[in-house]
Amino acid sequence: MKNIMTVVAQNRIADKIHEMVLEGEITGSMKTPGQFVHVRINDTTEHVLRRPISIADIDQENSRFTIVYRAEGEGTKKLSKLGPGDTLDILSPLGRGYPLEQNAHVLIVGGGIGVPPLYELSKQLNIMGVRTTHVLGFNSKKDVFYEDKFGALGDTHIATADGSHGMEGYVTDVIRTLDADFDCFYACGPKMMLKVLSETMDLEGYISLEERMGCGFGVCYACVCETAEGDWIKLCTEGPVFRKGEIIL
Amino acid sequence: MNREALKISLPGLELKNPVMPASGCFSFGEEFSKLYDLSELGAIMVKAATHEPRIGNRTPRVAETSSGMLNAIGLQNPGVDHILDHELKFLEQYDVPIIANVAGSEIDDYTIVADKISKAPNVKAIELNISCPNVKEGGIQFGTDPETARRLTSRVKEVSDVPVYVKLSPNVTSIVDMALSVGDIADGLTMINTLVGMRLDGNGQPILSNVTGGLSGPAIKPVSLNMIYQVRQHLPHIPIIGMGGIATADDILDYISVGADAVAIGTMNFTDPMICPALIEALDEKLGEMGVGHLHDLKGRAYK
Repeated sequence: MKNIMTVVAQNRIADKIHEMVLEGEITGSMKTPGQFVHVRINDTTEHVLRRPISIADIDQENSRFTIVYRAEGEGTKKLSKLGPGDTLDILSPLGRGYPLEQNAHVLIVGGGIGVPPLYELSKQLNIMGVRTTHVLGFNSKKDVFYEDKFGALGDTHIATADGSHGMEGYVTDVIRTLDADFDCFYACGPKMMLKVLSETMDLEGYISLEERMGCGFGVCYACVCETAEGDWIKLCTEGPVFRKGEIIL
Repeated sequence: MNREALKISLPGLELKNPVMPASGCFSFGEEFSKLYDLSELGAIMVKAATHEPRIGNRTPRVAETSSGMLNAIGLQNPGVDHILDHELKFLEQYDVPIIANVAGSEIDDYTIVADKISKAPNVKAIELNISCPNVKEGGIQFGTDPETARRLTSRVKEVSDVPVYVKLSPNVTSIVDMALSVGDIADGLTMINTLVGMRLDGNGQPILSNVTGGLSGPAIKPVSLNMIYQVRQHLPHIPIIGMGGIATADDILDYISVGADAVAIGTMNFTDPMICPALIEALDEKLGEMGVGHLHDLKGRAYK
């Protein structure tokens, strides 16, 4: 579970958004899209909590995987300074990812920094022969990333809150304009987006949640969420992906 | 390897080494059992048990601070009966003494839990949690009022089949007064619990839903060392298990130097899940390098 990975590449791909490619043996155990890694910032005790970051792309052939994260706080800003040859201590792979079902056509909906894990998901669904349509929402043009990469996998629609790129509005505004029969939706993004999707989409769906974590592997009970049955379960081990309606948003 | 140098004998506890994970930072061990053999540990201080199951506080429950973290989990646990039947049962397969952390809101809660949990075959001691700062409806007052702490310790001692260690809160005016209030009743002390703190986000709002949380991690080590240093001078013989920000073998030696008998590792289990076995190894090597025959040869050297 605990591994030292080597940074292969790091690039800024949008405002404060960084893409980091890592190489190491543990990549072989990364199978399910939607799982995450828990990254230690450095080997001092200045930052005691690791950062949970979703896995955006898995390249088994080269034992590499990609994470995309927002360099917003002190810790992630330090991560963004790493370059090729630097190493990173990670716990991986963690959590339960998206179930891959043999549907004809699925809708994939991402919001902001919730977009990255959906790329590996779409990639794997496409390999299975599932048609994917993507709707990705951002605040503004400067925040948009991976439009072309998703575009290579299926129809891709962008929404920006300020209308500076794609359609003005939210992902739900775009979805209303789509004339297609979807079998299922997969989503990751802000809790409000997931809530609206869960309540308005008359489809089976899977959502991925985010929460502040302590340990990342079920020990500290920091990242709990409430199930529809009233139980409090750990997001890091029971999630982060849940079936629509399973969790109270 | 000369592990004899690390063996420690305390009331109820024959420790292979002085290193144990602190309560709340190890759950009930099952997750860590996938990473290393739990029998390597000196002991395990399991997560707090209450009479009834508790769901704890709303999220966010943790926030990072400089060299530390705040938590406001709120003692989420499945209740003492479940812990006895499942979690402690699971731990029976390991050759490691368990220190059961007992929490509650009223004296009766504590005595019910202590009575039940002290009868588990692998529970060798109780850690009386009178100092959790994150539970609104009680708990903390037991840890901040000397008379109440004394009364509670006395009642728990009456029902417990195993030695009782009282976990002291640092959130008091005089840690010495608190230690003295329970010092002639308790079999030992564990110190310290977390310090009450808060952190705000960029909009000036508290990050934790509970507003305040317990500060732990390397940031609190100087506070803990000082409190143990003070208490040890007034209670030269009471067993003390020290904790607060231990990250290295040198940190362990610091705790032993101010008079602790053994140590517990808390927050750093999250930073590095392998830290407990790594520190046992590092401590053994360190003593070898220093030419010290037994860890306790260094005990209390801060006073000399």
